[in-house]
Amino acid sequence: MSEKATLLTVYRYLPQINCGECGVPSCMVFASKLLNREATPEDCPPLKDLKYKEQMARLAELLAPPIKEVAIGVGENMVKIGGEEVMYRHKLTYHNPTAIAIDVSDKMDDKKIVEICKAVEAFTLVRIGERLKLDMIAVRCASKDPDRFAFVTSLIERSCKLPLILCSFEPKVLKVALEKGEVADKRPLLYAATEDNWKEVSELSKQYDCPVAVFAPNNITLLKSLIKTLKAMGIHDMVMDLGAYTEGRLLKETINNLVMVRRAAIQRRDKDVGYPVMAIPATVWISDKLDPMTTSYREAYMASLFMNRYADLLIMHTLDVWSLLPVLTLRQNIYTDPRKPVSVEAGLRTIGSPKAESPVLLTTNFSLTYYTVANDIESSGIDCYLLVVDTEGLAVEVSVAGGQLTSAGVKDLFSSVGIEEKVKHHKLIIPGLAARLKGDIEDTTNWEVLVGPRDSSQIKGFLAKNWAVG
Amino acid sequence: MGEKEARILGKNLIELLEKFGDIELDNVEIRAEELTFLIQPVISSLAQAPQLVPRVVEKEIEALLEAEFSPPIEVYPGEIAEVQIGATKSDGGSRRKVIKIGGAKTMPFYSFEATNQNKPVLAVDVFDMPITLAKAVKQHFKDVMADPADWAKKYVEDFDADIISLNLISTDPLIKDTSPKDAAKTVEQVLQAVDVPLIIGGSGNKAKDPLVLEAAAEVLSGERCVLNSANVDNDYKRIVKAAKQYGHAVIAFTPMDINNQKKLNRYLLDEGLPKEQIIMDPTTAALGYGLDYTLSLMERIKLAGLLGDSDLQMPIVAPSSNAWGAREAWMKSEEWGPREFRGPLWETITTITVMVSGADLFMLSHPATVRVVRKLIQALYGEVDSEQRIQDWITEIEG
Ligand code: B12
Ligand code: SF4
Repeated sequence: MSEKATLLTVYRYLPQINCGECGVPSCMVFASKLLNREATPEDCPPLKDLKYKEQMARLAELLAPPIKEVAIGVGENMVKIGGEEVMYRHKLTYHNPTAIAIDVSDKMDDKKIVEICKAVEAFTLVRIGERLKLDMIAVRCASKDPDRFAFVTSLIERSCKLPLILCSFEPKVLKVALEKGEVADKRPLLYAATEDNWKEVSELSKQYDCPVAVFAPNNITLLKSLIKTLKAMGIHDMVMDLGAYTEGRLLKETINNLVMVRRAAIQRRDKDVGYPVMAIPATVWISDKLDPMTTSYREAYMASLFMNRYADLLIMHTLDVWSLLPVLTLRQNIYTDPRKPVSVEAGLRTIGSPKAESPVLLTTNFSLTYYTVANDIESSGIDCYLLVVDTEGLAVEVSVAGGQLTSAGVKDLFSSVGIEEKVKHHKLIIPGLAARLKGDIEDTTNWEVLVGPRDSSQIKGFLAKNWAVG
Repeated sequence: MGEKEARILGKNLIELLEKFGDIELDNVEIRAEELTFLIQPVISSLAQAPQLVPRVVEKEIEALLEAEFSPPIEVYPGEIAEVQIGATKSDGGSRRKVIKIGGAKTMPFYSFEATNQNKPVLAVDVFDMPITLAKAVKQHFKDVMADPADWAKKYVEDFDADIISLNLISTDPLIKDTSPKDAAKTVEQVLQAVDVPLIIGGSGNKAKDPLVLEAAAEVLSGERCVLNSANVDNDYKRIVKAAKQYGHAVIAFTPMDINNQKKLNRYLLDEGLPKEQIIMDPTTAALGYGLDYTLSLMERIKLAGLLGDSDLQMPIVAPSSNAWGAREAWMKSEEWGPREFRGPLWETITTITVMVSGADLFMLSHPATVRVVRKLIQALYGEVDSEQRIQDWITEIEG
């Protein structure tokens, strides 16, 4: 059993001089920050001294999460997966969001390949002020022709900057791609080492310093055996693929497998399965006669199922926005920190170019609320002031029910942002769900309060009816 | 505080720390903040020089190394109670079959360690008057929405619903103020029209719901239905009384808080309603609108029950049709693509997420979700054979 990270064991490796250079008063507090992942060993300047070299290395080892963090690609678009420490997010938080790769085949014509890659790279949906994006390209060698594959790899490399997954069970194919595909120094994920090819593939992984996927469909013992072997050969960055079946009895096994390896790694500290896992919902597209809409639908909910059960990397095929949007939204949900609501700064926002007679609207500082409201107002081209009250990051109804949204809070905000100097009128529009507070706010602020619609998408219509623009 | 006291205190704390070395990290943080300077001197004397072990050297490898893996099985001291919904003739009711939920011995679908005997169950929403529904849902029920009995029938016959969840929203004083007596008539009509068990929901009006549910409970006497819901805002004692008198189960609803859920369960238990007649509704928020809270809440509740907290050992109901409240589910948008697919998918993914997090019973709106989730459950219970081959996915995917 390896040493376990506790406050004391971590503290032991620190310089123990309480110099405060790390920004907290003592090494003990710094140790607790390390444990909570609010700092890394590099944040302690004295520790970087050469005499602490071994200490530093041990500390890194000690703090290493039970699921290794694996980086794919290089530079700004590098993707990190894994690094998880808990089975359930309420125990801490999940760490690296599931990465999503979209596949292309080297049998597609060049134009289509470039088109897909550019579309994946440019893919953007904005939700709660955050860009929901796709992360990687998985390029499949369907042609079985190493030269074609190498050509396609370099074509992709030149047309987009996303990290790649090179998919072939033929070591030769991977080799030629690494030699001629212009990705030798880009750390693509090699997919995959198997029972049959592990030797050659792991040589490539070592030679080119690439992370490697280990494929052992529905066979954890084999998977472990492969990992042990690769580890002994000096390979550290691996991703596990136990084969994600999408139907029947084998789906049952798949879910069991995903849970078992994660639990063995986290609870039993079994380091041989302490790597991120991948799943390939794109396999729903294996068949001749598929209806594209229902298959996209299926792929999306299978992806969601696997994401709910620990998949750190998914390879998908669809590019339909209606099918990707819920998957990416789920990812955003699962990977928020359950310990704190996501909030924005309170204060006054100007939207468009408001004047002295423009409306003043009120909302809360819960990110979801704020961004939804701000987007709705912006997209309907309204010029106005938006007052964002600090409700400790809670939504409208929640903060009304829990007492974080109060007339006193509104009054304070009024004076701190000086709203009275900015507009000539004394009229405030509050969310429909805060109607209860109308009287209170009127009494404390002496402003007239108009109760707006319940949903911010109706603000435009509401203003058209109730706000005479001067 | 003198230095000596501080040392002693510090030492005790250290012992505590050593003892609870592997408690959850967030607890460690609290302790650490309190400790800061206090225990510094003691710790310095305790902390020994780290033991440095030599690193492993790489070797030349010819064959695969052996490995063993045994499933990491856990045994839980607790078990979720089993709730029976519906009664057949021999039980004093008139339903085709009885449905059981709960009885779980492990987390959903962890079949490597235990079998959860009862599969998740799918109820569908029917309303006692036509209401505003998303277009994608409405298109399937336009012709039957005027009559809840027809609506229920269609859902059972065409889409194989396990349970009908009849929502008597017209009883709301601000809507139609339908009397409890008239509402009970609707309940009877639906009961006659279908042979599956029923869940009866009120309008959410705190004053009226207990009366409506009581009247419904009476006409359903012996059918072992589910009354939705008892909560701290309404006269839950009255609802519990009706459930006991006429033999029904009750949904205990709380908005998003494990402690409040526990409290309410306790109230119902104290009224003499057994665990076997309680179903928890801890609130199901839509994907993108609080689903993160819901999923962690359900996992916490289920784990607490399995670990032996007897106030949280009831099965969970998830009205995941709440997914339709998300604008991404119903709103027309060029950017987001066709809502005919987007909407049901939003409900499907919300449902799957709460299903793996611990919910046992679902209330759904769209037939596609019913179909998909039903098939998924069968697969996850190993009831469907499959020869699926994915080994050659690299070459076999179309396109
Ligand atoms: C997620 C959630 C929580 C999360 C909070 C997450 C957060 N950061 O806010 C948690 C778990 C913490 C929580 C706790 C509680 N919750 Co809660 N919660 C919800 C839930 C499921 C979703 C809320 C949400 O995120 N909505 C999405 C955001 C974007 O909506 P919004 O802020 O209202 O913004 C919209 C509109 O208000 C409007 N709008 C916003 N600003 C403006 C401005 C203008 C000018 C206009 C015109 C419009 C407008 O447009 C926005 C977009 O549509 C709702 C149920 C539901 N489905 O609505 C219950 C709900 C709000 N919660 C409820 C309750 C009772 C509570 C608790 C009091 C329960 C308790 N444990 O005691 C606590 C309160 C905690 C506290 N305040 O201290 C009740 C409220 C009942 C009521 N009417 O009073 C609800 C409705 C559940 C229910 N059915 O009972 N909750
Ligand atoms: S910088 Fe390092 S040595 Fe200085 S107090 Fe922080 S942890 Fe201790």
